[in-house]
Amino acid sequence: MNIVIAGIGKMGLTLVDHLVKEGHNITCIDIDPKVVDNVVNVYDVFGIGGNGVSCDILKEAGIEKAQIFISTTHSDELNILNCMIAKKMGAINTIARVRNPEYAMQSSFMRNELGIGLMINPELETANEISRIIRTPSAAKIETFGKGRVELAEIKIERSNPLVDKTLSSLSKTFGVRVLICAVYRKDEVFIPTGDFIIREGDIVHITASHSEMSAFFKAIGVYKQRAKCVIIVGGSRIAYYLAKQLVESKINVKLIENSELRSMELDEVLPKVHVVCGDGTDQNLLIEEGLEEVDAFVALTGIDEENIIVSLYAKQIGIPTVISKVHKTNLLDMARTLNIDSVMSPSAISANYVLQYVRAKQNAQGHNVRTLYKIVNGEVEAVEFLATDKCKFLGVSFKELNLKRDLLIASIIRGNKVIIPSGNDCIEQDDIVIVVAKNLILNDLEDILP
Amino acid sequence: MNLKMVFYVLGVIMKVEAALMMLPALVSVIYKDNELLAFLIPAVLLFAIGFALSFRKPENNQLLAREGFIIVSLSWIVLSLFGSLPYVLSGEIPNFIDALFETVSGFTTTGASILTDIEALSHSTLFWRSFTNWIGGMGVLVFVLAFLPSSDTRYMYVMRAEVPGPVVGKLVSKIKVTARILYVIYIVMTVLLFVFLLLGGMPVFDSIVHAIATAGTGGFSIKNSSIAFYDSAYIDYVVSIFMVLFGINFNLFYFMIIGRVVTILKDEELKFYLGLILISILAVSLNIRSLYDGNILTAFRYASFQVTSIVSTSGFATADFTQWPFFSQFLIIILMLTGGCAGSTAGGIKIRRFLIFIKMGFVEIKKLINPRSVVQLKVDSKVQQDTLLSGIAAYFSIYVLIFSASTMIISLDAKSADTTLGSVLTCLSNVGPGFGAAGPSGNFSIFSSLSKFVLMVDMLVGRLELFPIILLFTPNTWRRV
Repeated sequence: MNIVIAGIGKMGLTLVDHLVKEGHNITCIDIDPKVVDNVVNVYDVFGIGGNGVSCDILKEAGIEKAQIFISTTHSDELNILNCMIAKKMGAINTIARVRNPEYAMQSSFMRNELGIGLMINPELETANEISRIIRTPSAAKIETFGKGRVELAEIKIERSNPLVDKTLSSLSKTFGVRVLICAVYRKDEVFIPTGDFIIREGDIVHITASHSEMSAFFKAIGVYKQRAKCVIIVGGSRIAYYLAKQLVESKINVKLIENSELRSMELDEVLPKVHVVCGDGTDQNLLIEEGLEEVDAFVALTGIDEENIIVSLYAKQIGIPTVISKVHKTNLLDMARTLNIDSVMSPSAISANYVLQYVRAKQNAQGHNVRTLYKIVNGEVEAVEFLATDKCKFLGVSFKELNLKRDLLIASIIRGNKVIIPSGNDCIEQDDIVIVVAKNLILNDLEDILP
Repeated sequence: MNLKMVFYVLGVIMKVEAALMMLPALVSVIYKDNELLAFLIPAVLLFAIGFALSFRKPENNQLLAREGFIIVSLSWIVLSLFGSLPYVLSGEIPNFIDALFETVSGFTTTGASILTDIEALSHSTLFWRSFTNWIGGMGVLVFVLAFLPSSDTRYMYVMRAEVPGPVVGKLVSKIKVTARILYVIYIVMTVLLFVFLLLGGMPVFDSIVHAIATAGTGGFSIKNSSIAFYDSAYIDYVVSIFMVLFGINFNLFYFMIIGRVVTILKDEELKFYLGLILISILAVSLNIRSLYDGNILTAFRYASFQVTSIVSTSGFATADFTQWPFFSQFLIIILMLTGGCAGSTAGGIKIRRFLIFIKMGFVEIKKLINPRSVVQLKVDSKVQQDTLLSGIAAYFSIYVLIFSASTMIISLDAKSADTTLGSVLTCLSNVGPGFGAAGPSGNFSIFSSLSKFVLMVDMLVGRLELFPIILLFTPNTWRRV
């Protein structure tokens, strides 16, 4: 598809990275010629230096033939204006990054009257993600497929974990639960494991199963944790505001530590149920005083990535069960993942993922069979949901007889209300929803799983 | 330095050259000139080595600026080394240095020859000679980018190092599609020229060979007296017009096809290029009128052919400009320096660089008169970035250095001043004919092996726009950190 992106900041760059890999024709617009130079050097894209609001620039970018226009400049108003102009000039779908919650609240007006297809608020998305982790016991990250029937969880294997040094094929016998480990992240490398794969300490494994099986499995391996009751958030950013609000709504006690007096007073006003503390959240004594040792979860959301990482490491050190840190810089993200922090969140990556799902959905409307797509393990592995139609050539053929591509795994099959974790004897039937996990492959159709 | 990837790309290039050698082999079969083996042996050799090098794609397929430059300069050297084998094997040019000179001159679209009797060569050799012009015109790596399957996205550095001009503008978002568009325009224009030549009564083989040699702005003819052999005003004008066309930025042809005429009309480089050609033709015709018995039309015909041939750096000839008055000769020297537009198949310093260089001077003058005024250098009403300007200044300084150093070495041959300076200039600008003994009616066989070697380096340096070849010999390029 032809995609035009205006404003190449962190989020814009993350989007370019993923969209180029998926083979789209990308045109980048940025006001800073150096930024354009850089993106053109690194990626196979067309770059234009200039203001995305300008009709001439948009015309040069080929807006008439663009299926999707994405505006991720620093300003909400600019993004909205960009999208309106692009829409009028012929872009079919428009996506705007809008941070201000007041604008976001009138999204239906924006969509119907101004023609903005999707408004994305990175801070809100990040807050949603963090609150999901805190509210879900045990796993670091959970996503769902097939309208919530299949869960995908990510856990880090500690030394005490009974999975250490076990082969995958022995799991179901040992624990009596049918789950599937579909991707393993080990030392900067991702594996799509086979049955004889052995789990080691320090791996980050991705598991698919139905909800009940997943809980049973977590209990069996002993990583089941109590639901968090008490959370400390450091840093009073917009993410912190959204997060605190959501957590309080689900009856979790929240203590928010913010350095600036003015900001803490503001937060206290808008978040009446949250205990706002004014002080330096990176001060060890202050954290202990505010009861850090007692909490179930700790979230570092200050504006400085390095502070977040260090404070989170400290929190993990004193034994807090769930520690989450925000890291904004894309280049720090990989390094931060190697540390002993439960989850590292990057607003730009999360919102890019969200936009990608939207792009995929639009592409889907053009004849592809992908229903939903998740990028897991830092975007290196895709979990794709397909619907098996009667056109599929291998209906009823068991997986033993199918010669699947390498680095690819059928994670689960949803047949009616039943979730099947497939073995060699299972097969795909018509109207099944098939979830495929694959590394470095572009899957646009169920047929693509065969070489 | 990702050497594995460099070798992998080199392997691919070698396989492509092996495939390209099949065309002259085909010519050999058609004309039964018994030189099939001279092309088949190098082709098999190239394919075998290329296959071995590119057998497995390296895991780490990153190509950065450094690898881009290295790949481009190494592949041009490798292409020339193997491209000279057919001349040696067929015995047409037994001396290896001479054969290499002819090949480098071909690939770099220079068209300078060491041969004294071109017409004695066989059909297949003649075809291969001109075909190297065509391949070198647009570049082999651009060809590879355009037509070979590859999922890599980081080839921009490679393309930038091979396409002439200070800035490389993509036409569409994908580099592969851009390269393909350029090649399609190139092929279509070559075919058009072929048809026009055929209509002018040129034999089929001659038309093909001259069409491909003109398209690459190379200038390898198959006649000792070049285009003058046909002595037809029609052919002269057709070739002149196409030489001008091949000296224009190919991006503009694309804009014409998609109907963005405004961009073309606004293009300052094009205006400057066409203006320069027009003024030069008029000035030269008036200046040389007396040589043609005051017949202004004949003078115009020869002036326009020579001027377009030099400015597009083709180097075909219908008259010997070394016999002209000095005014005309000096104009020819200036045209040799400028060359064609950026993004064309022409060589030289490029009109765009000259334009910016001249403007730099004027900007400085304006600033001197009124130090507080804001004066920014604009081309096509866009402000040019400082990095581009300093890049162009560096280009000129290195150009002067290389020019002086080469002249110094070649003057050891103790030829006349115009022969020495002229041959360095013509090789650096990829024109072909020089001055004095190496002029349009002479050739380069007079030079010693050392001089030929220096001239070969000059041709490569000129075609690849100075930097890639120089980087190859810079220690910093090979350092780890």
